[in-house]
Amino acid sequence: MPGKIFVYVIHREGTADDTALELLAAAKKIDPEASVTALVAGSDKELENVVKQIAPSFNEVWKIDHESLSYIIAETLRPMLARIIPKGSILLIPHEHFSMDLSPGLSIKLEAAFIPDVVAFEDIKENKLTAIREEFSGQVSTHVMCDISQGVVISVRSGAFKPEATAAGKGQIVDKTSEALSGGIPNGKRRYLEVIEAETGEVDITKSDILVSVGRGIEDQDNMDIIYELAETMGGDISCSRPIVDARWLDKSRQVGTSGKTVKPKVYLALGISGSFQHLGGIKGSPFIIAINKNPKAPIFQIADVGIIADILEFVPELTGKIEEIKG
Amino acid sequence: MEILVCVKRVPDTAENEIIVNRDGTDIEREDLVFSVNEWDNYAVEEAIQIKDKVGGNVTVITVGNDDAEEVVRREMAMGADRGILLCDEAFEGSDGKGIASILKAEIVKGKYDLVLTGAQADDGAGQVGGMLAAMLDWPFASLVNKIEVIDDKKILVGREIAGGNQEINEIDLPCVLSIQTGINEPRYVGIRGIRKVASADIPVHGANDLELSPELVGPAGSLVKRLDFFVPEPGEGAKMLEGNTQEILDKLVEILKSKGGIK
Ligand SMILES: Cc1cc2nc3c(=O)[nH]c(=O)nc-3n(C[C@H](O)[C@H](O)[C@H](O)COP(=O)(O)OP(=O)(O)OC[C@H]3O[C@@H](n4cnc5c(N)ncnc54)[C@H](O)[C@@H]3O)c2cc1C
Ligand SMILES: Nc1ncnc2c1ncn2[C@@H]1O[C@H](COP(=O)(O)O)[C@@H](O)[C@H]1O
Repeated sequence: MPGKIFVYVIHREGTADDTALELLAAAKKIDPEASVTALVAGSDKELENVVKQIAPSFNEVWKIDHESLSYIIAETLRPMLARIIPKGSILLIPHEHFSMDLSPGLSIKLEAAFIPDVVAFEDIKENKLTAIREEFSGQVSTHVMCDISQGVVISVRSGAFKPEATAAGKGQIVDKTSEALSGGIPNGKRRYLEVIEAETGEVDITKSDILVSVGRGIEDQDNMDIIYELAETMGGDISCSRPIVDARWLDKSRQVGTSGKTVKPKVYLALGISGSFQHLGGIKGSPFIIAINKNPKAPIFQIADVGIIADILEFVPELTGKIEEIKG
Repeated sequence: MEILVCVKRVPDTAENEIIVNRDGTDIEREDLVFSVNEWDNYAVEEAIQIKDKVGGNVTVITVGNDDAEEVVRREMAMGADRGILLCDEAFEGSDGKGIASILKAEIVKGKYDLVLTGAQADDGAGQVGGMLAAMLDWPFASLVNKIEVIDDKKILVGREIAGGNQEINEIDLPCVLSIQTGINEPRYVGIRGIRKVASADIPVHGANDLELSPELVGPAGSLVKRLDFFVPEPGEGAKMLEGNTQEILDKLVEILKSKGGIK
């Protein structure tokens, strides 16, 4: 049977992230009988608040409380986790910016396996865990089988597992600080300086009701005019996927997604956007999504309400014309 | 500064519809358009810009088969000084950790100050850079979107975090960084650039050259194995609007009106 199962809890300003309960559900998929331990690092009051929130859901909460963790950087935390996590354990961590910093290296330090960005678990037989991942921008899925006899670090896609109303845990709190610091505070070869907040930009797309959102399918900067015209006719604001910002065709403040803005419009028109999970992660509040894409297999069609298979370069000007016509 | 950039040849997902073959053992590779992994292109551009500022050399490296040489050559056409191909039958079927072990074996033979990878590649893993750093015991930062050289011992690094905020760190060299898209604007490579490096020598190193023990690489060295490729059962999905363009436009405008999509 697998080793101890841990869930790493991300928190901000003293509040645990939703992923804590999602990953608890994921842990129960691996082993319904498992006694799951939450792992949380931070310092002082904020940490206390997080521990209080999550304790009722987990059997155990392991905490590391130290001032060097008041802002957590992976390089500081990784050696501490490597000291306290027992050999052969399963560690689940939300697949996002922090995990990308922490997890691959942690798996090496633990001499454990690593499975990135898991969306489902299939089964576990002896020490072989089978999980489902996506490849090629979500166009195809794969089963991967992992030898977990030496333990495993698994990053889990947020939203992939639905939190369940599990029986309340015992919530026993275990202070692991001194064990985590037993070799001293990890070396400071990477030193945190500051966080620079993203700018809002001249239009705040988080407040828009109608978003005309453009992706790499627009192909060329010269084609952007047809998007401006459509947005103006509809009375909506323009947003976009990441490649449009990377190409400097729109300002960063227009980007929707996990590394951009979280929007909650009534209507979201996705034009030439494939529908990566990082993009969809920025769309909240279940807007009515209309997707126009020339590839019938584009993942966006799985989550949109209405889909049209078309070349946006031809279709968008026609749509603009049609709306102008009815507006008179 | 001696900079090494790890690059991978991948199917271009913006150009291709990826199709799973009949028995699900692989994707159809016949007609695929391959290119250098999007993230790696930004990494090479960044390396070249650093070199232009502070001097040094940029080496591009890939683990792959003979076909992978073309992406090394392409990145040399961008301005990298050297290319290395790590190629051996024994490397086939390596997992992320195997790839990192192979790269590490080459890196310890050189004297690099900075190793750059892409943030992720075609299998969306985002693992090779972080593993490599841990194996080398060098500091690491992922999703890097800004690099400033302070002196020959340390650099200032910005990395992207949730919401598009940027976390600034100071990191000692040597280190490994995984590069996020948008950090720069990768230069265009024209036919003339490609021609200039057409006959450049790209050394090929195998398991023996790297003194790599076979149990670290290939299927034997892999804890994670891909069993198949499949297309998930489509869920309910979108209601697809069909008909001729006029009919689709009529339906769409009706929908927009009813949902408050036209002001
Ligand atoms: C850590 C991290 C954070 C990220 N954060 C974000 C984020 O916040 N937001 C974000 O958007 N991405 C983010 N990404 C990038 C994300 O993974 C995808 O690469 C990106 O969302 C793809 O954008 P796209 O859909 O516009 O492009 P693609 O995936 O290239 O899709 C383009 C689509 O356009 C279609 N198309 C092409 N031509 C036409 C045409 N003429 N007519 C109609 N359709 C056409 C194609 O079929 C394809 O489906 C992040 C990535 C990482 C690693
Ligand atoms: N076969 C390979 N050869 C060289 N570098 C690679 C290879 N596979 C992955 N990498 C590097 O690791 C990065 C992240 O890839 P991955 O961890 O596979 O998502 C890529 O952007 C490359 O820089």
